[in-house]
Amino acid sequence: MDTKEKTADHASRASAFNRDEQRVNWHDKTLWFVREKRDKAAWQIPEWEHLRELASQIKDNVLSNLHNYLIQFEKQASSNGIIVHWAATAQEHNEIVYDIIRKKGVSQIVKSKSMLTEECHLNEYLLEKGIDVVDTDFGERIVQLAEEPPSHIVLPCIHKKKEEIGALFHEHLGTPEGSSDPVFLAAAARADLRKHFMKSSVALTGVNFAVAETGEIVVCTNEGNADLGVQLADTHIACMGIEKIIPQRKHLGIFLRLLARSATGQPITTYSSHFRKPRAGQETHVVLVDNGRSERLKSIDFRNALKCIRCGACMNTCPVYRRSGGHSYHYAIAGPIGAILAPSLDMKKYADLPFASTLCGSCSNVCPVKIDIHDQLYRWRQVIVKNGYVNPGKSLGMRTMSTVLSNPSTFRWIGRLGRLFIKHLPFLVNHKLNPWYKKREMPAPPAQSFHQWYKTMRTNGK
Amino acid sequence: MRVALFVPCYIDQFYPKVAIATLELLEKLDIQVTYPERQTCCGQPMANAGFEHLTKATNKLFIENFDKYDYIVSPSGSCVLHVKHHLHSKASEDLAHSIKNNIYELTEFLIDVLKVKKLSSWFPHSVGLHQSCHGQRGLMLSQMSEIVGPPFSKSEALLNMVGGLNLIALDRSDECCGFGGTFCVTEDAVSAKMGLDRVRDHISHGVEFITSSDMSCLMHLEGILRRLKSDVKVAHIAEILNAPA
Repeated sequence: MDTKEKTADHASRASAFNRDEQRVNWHDKTLWFVREKRDKAAWQIPEWEHLRELASQIKDNVLSNLHNYLIQFEKQASSNGIIVHWAATAQEHNEIVYDIIRKKGVSQIVKSKSMLTEECHLNEYLLEKGIDVVDTDFGERIVQLAEEPPSHIVLPCIHKKKEEIGALFHEHLGTPEGSSDPVFLAAAARADLRKHFMKSSVALTGVNFAVAETGEIVVCTNEGNADLGVQLADTHIACMGIEKIIPQRKHLGIFLRLLARSATGQPITTYSSHFRKPRAGQETHVVLVDNGRSERLKSIDFRNALKCIRCGACMNTCPVYRRSGGHSYHYAIAGPIGAILAPSLDMKKYADLPFASTLCGSCSNVCPVKIDIHDQLYRWRQVIVKNGYVNPGKSLGMRTMSTVLSNPSTFRWIGRLGRLFIKHLPFLVNHKLNPWYKKREMPAPPAQSFHQWYKTMRTNGK
Repeated sequence: MRVALFVPCYIDQFYPKVAIATLELLEKLDIQVTYPERQTCCGQPMANAGFEHLTKATNKLFIENFDKYDYIVSPSGSCVLHVKHHLHSKASEDLAHSIKNNIYELTEFLIDVLKVKKLSSWFPHSVGLHQSCHGQRGLMLSQMSEIVGPPFSKSEALLNMVGGLNLIALDRSDECCGFGGTFCVTEDAVSAKMGLDRVRDHISHGVEFITSSDMSCLMHLEGILRRLKSDVKVAHIAEILNAPA
């Protein structure tokens, strides 16, 4: 295995994040607050668990019949006057989008939130082609100005404090130095964004749900920026992963009830906008993107990660995410769901992510579509080790451990030796190269093991 | 009733008192317990690190030790969960299957099988309960905060039977302690921070003891408590349930 190419992994990024404990505390509390809001919202729905089960089953049905639903969607959307494109890869997606923009002869577009375009690195691609993309969600705009990737799929700038946002706006938008009042900063961003909205004739959005039955797409936002962008533009480009399909409009209610409650604890997003057909004179494009999804669909072990509705609840609940920050995952989608999605795109690059978990299982139980996230993390670990993307030292250690633990007399002997070492030669383990010892004392070794006690007190004693 | 005691490897080596308390507690409840002496480990340390393929030998040994019992009881939700989910044997899958059905975590065995309604133990202290994730979310030993459903807790039900014990409520009832097996050293910064936050929750509510049905969580929390030079102690739930009146 080649370890040279390795970029900073989750553990070292998380360790850097933890150098500022106050910041970790703040990050943890901010996200835990969102998790608690989610709990309150969920408890207001007595049939919450039933809703989760229904949503899970509908998504199972979608994954098992994806081909047919996609064809149905394409047919319906086309008959509604929407132009449907198919992209097998991120590259194809970017090319299709660029081609549409190029034909319109514009050099700037407005974009509302789309994790898919993050996944495809569309902004960077378009920038190279001379197209300026203005992110119009408040949080996305902040990370765009900071030239950072989002750290959370729903709350992209959750890692930034309002004072830092104030400084950023001072630099880029000319707000007074030292201003950090959120209402003031939001107004400044709004005023700036409005200029871009007014002059952009192409608007790009993501898609939360695409209804096969009607050929419509649904976009959920809190800020109304998707609507503003689309209504002011002559051309609407909507980009979606092929798994965003739901069979019928009547199923939407289940997902809309689950989505916002799981994401932020709101009963529903402020705007749930349906786009079924272009208004007179407008062009609407939908780009259906595979980018590894049909490959994942083949895998029994990992396919149901495709059920994800991108609510971010698994991030808010994850005790590791809250204490390591979204950027520690070095992938567009952070947290537990990112850790099971990323390795299927590039197992080597993201080999560390499935190990960035204690397998506590909170993610799987908070997930509104019941993705078995922590079990998939476990299974990814097995796949990654089998493919050799693991530190050779760890492999050797594990082989030794396996040998010791499968031989009772060796185990007793090593155990006895270990306890003697810790007791009489504590410097062997109590030093800062032992990661346990950095912030924790070693267990105080007892004089004898249970096995020895049992031999003395029971086997021989009785 | 043939009952075997499964003592996880780290309890055997570092916390024999927990295994002794488990054995004595079961004996007080008139259960005859056998301790199969060639047992070592369930294999979880390898499997959770991605090396499940190296657990064939420990699986074989586990089956040899435990295939003759009606019940296998262990003071660790985590190890029991591992056996339930991952014990396999090409040669004798039927034996593996019956072991998976017969293995119980201690509190689960006391509540569901023995149907314990009262205990004679006495523990006059303020106690905070740390939920082990594998016990809680894996074995469903108590309701979790993520789920909209009726509350229940096997550990709490038992602790409420202990004389003098004052069970203390926490800010976060079921957040992970950050031990996580090899996670505790491969991700030591986050692991230690998670443990520190758990410990502070207990300390701020004035507990004297942190208890849990998993000693691995407590080993981690104890390491942090001792580094903080805190007076708060850890005690496995078996030690409290076995505390003499």
